[in-house]
Amino acid sequence: MAQTPGSEARTGLKLISPTAVYVILLLAVPLATVLIYSVLTGGRGNVSLPVTIENYSELWAKSVYGYIMVKSLMVALVVTAITVVLAYPVAYFVSFHVKPERKSLWLFLITIPFWTSYIIRVSLWFVILGYGGILDSLLGTIGLPPLNVASHSILSIIIVLAHAYAPFAVLPIFVSLEKVDRSLLEAGQDLGESRWVTFLRVTLPLSMPGVIAAALIVFIPTVGDYVTPELVGDGKEPMIANLIETQLLKLQNFPQGSAFAVASMLMVGIVSVAFVLWNRRFIGGQK
Amino acid sequence: MKKAPILRSYTLVYLLFLYGPILLLPIFAFNDGKVVAFPLQGFTTGWFSEMFADQNLRIAAKNSLIIALSVATLSTVLGIFAARASVRYAFPGKAPLMGLIMLPLVLPEMIVAMALLVVLLSMGVPLSLFTVIIGQVLICTPFAVAILTSAFQSLDKSLEEAAMDLGETAWSTFRLIVLPLVMPGIMASFLICFTISFDEFIISNFLGSGQPILSVYIFGQFRFPAKVPSMLALGTVLVCMSIILLGFAEYMRRRGIAKAGGKDSGGFL
Repeated sequence: MAQTPGSEARTGLKLISPTAVYVILLLAVPLATVLIYSVLTGGRGNVSLPVTIENYSELWAKSVYGYIMVKSLMVALVVTAITVVLAYPVAYFVSFHVKPERKSLWLFLITIPFWTSYIIRVSLWFVILGYGGILDSLLGTIGLPPLNVASHSILSIIIVLAHAYAPFAVLPIFVSLEKVDRSLLEAGQDLGESRWVTFLRVTLPLSMPGVIAAALIVFIPTVGDYVTPELVGDGKEPMIANLIETQLLKLQNFPQGSAFAVASMLMVGIVSVAFVLWNRRFIGGQK
Repeated sequence: MKKAPILRSYTLVYLLFLYGPILLLPIFAFNDGKVVAFPLQGFTTGWFSEMFADQNLRIAAKNSLIIALSVATLSTVLGIFAARASVRYAFPGKAPLMGLIMLPLVLPEMIVAMALLVVLLSMGVPLSLFTVIIGQVLICTPFAVAILTSAFQSLDKSLEEAAMDLGETAWSTFRLIVLPLVMPGIMASFLICFTISFDEFIISNFLGSGQPILSVYIFGQFRFPAKVPSMLALGTVLVCMSIILLGFAEYMRRRGIAKAGGKDSGGFL
């Protein structure tokens, strides 16, 4: 086609403009607003000048904010670790021990639970773990004492989140395992390595990009989860999202809530960048 | 294929863990007892009739349907524009624009919802089903773009060039050649956006200002023990529906790949 670069650029821009305008107006502008609000002085339901960093210093000063941030971070990291470690053997099995034509069926089976109502799945755990719930009553019928998992809010939050985001972790690991050159493994074994050593020295490092991608995919939604602490944790152990809700909606403190939102975005950003940098080490090693 | 009995049984246990809670749904939806616990009491379809008789549930389901249909349509249309532009053309600012469009994938949903809510409240926009739709489109568009990008990528560019050489205009080429070939991708995008929207809670809860929407309604009802069994009946119905929808979406996706002459390489994501 006789298209100059200039006209190609114009056609491309014209084509993307509806979507671009939509996300600029409804995503970029609101995010920028939150950023600006976070350094303004605020009363109930309004914001005003002067510019201040008080909202941020408040985050440092009040230990309860710091506690909730650190707790959310810890819960999310633990959930991420559990999910990825549990998912790895599954991804490995599907990639190495399932016939190629059966692979997509297995992946489909693994992804279905993720697509079924999130709210129903979380609420179900509430019924399973709750006082006199399904788990304890089942233990009761076989003569065991109840576990009362629900009384350990953080533990039940971790269980539920690890279940809710499990399928997320399998796919990226599977994709990276599929890319591992099978002849490398044969070479390793021909040179006298055992299967286990070959796995540790060849397969695992080569699949690390997928592991890190999986970790990111699980970490981001977990750290910002609202429903699970509210329902399963009975609201006793709020996480970041619940705190943002309290500040912005219940207290109508826009600047403080915004500062909290920005701080948590920063936290997610820093952890994500750390993951990506870690990943770069392995991608560099592949060349 | 080497046999790996330990890995295989581990994977089966893992699947059981994934499906466990969902398998409990029908068991207790048909259980004739007010308390959701073992031992089972006997068979009943009463919870299903209670569910169908629930007037508020019907309103919530209708609202969710309106929202999901609008969101799926809007996101897919916006996704077509973005995916087509990014696959086919080079233009300045492409990377940052695509980055912004895909941003909700890596941003906690709560942040997206709250940022939008702060702006809407500050501008005095009343919250309604419409504001829920606006917010959910932001969340669904990245999924639409991802699915449609792979659909557009598997397209053979020479087909378009042939049509243009034979005198078709850019638009008629798109309509006659491109659109039919990416149609399965469009259907898959529509179905997946529909499923995500129908299930979505955070935006429905915060941008809907207490309007009855299915996910919000379910969340509320689980706090009343007496309502739980009929919610489990509802859950059973919803799970069956989404499995049917997803099976259909997967079928469309595979047909699309087969049509474009590609090889199947895995799941949705």
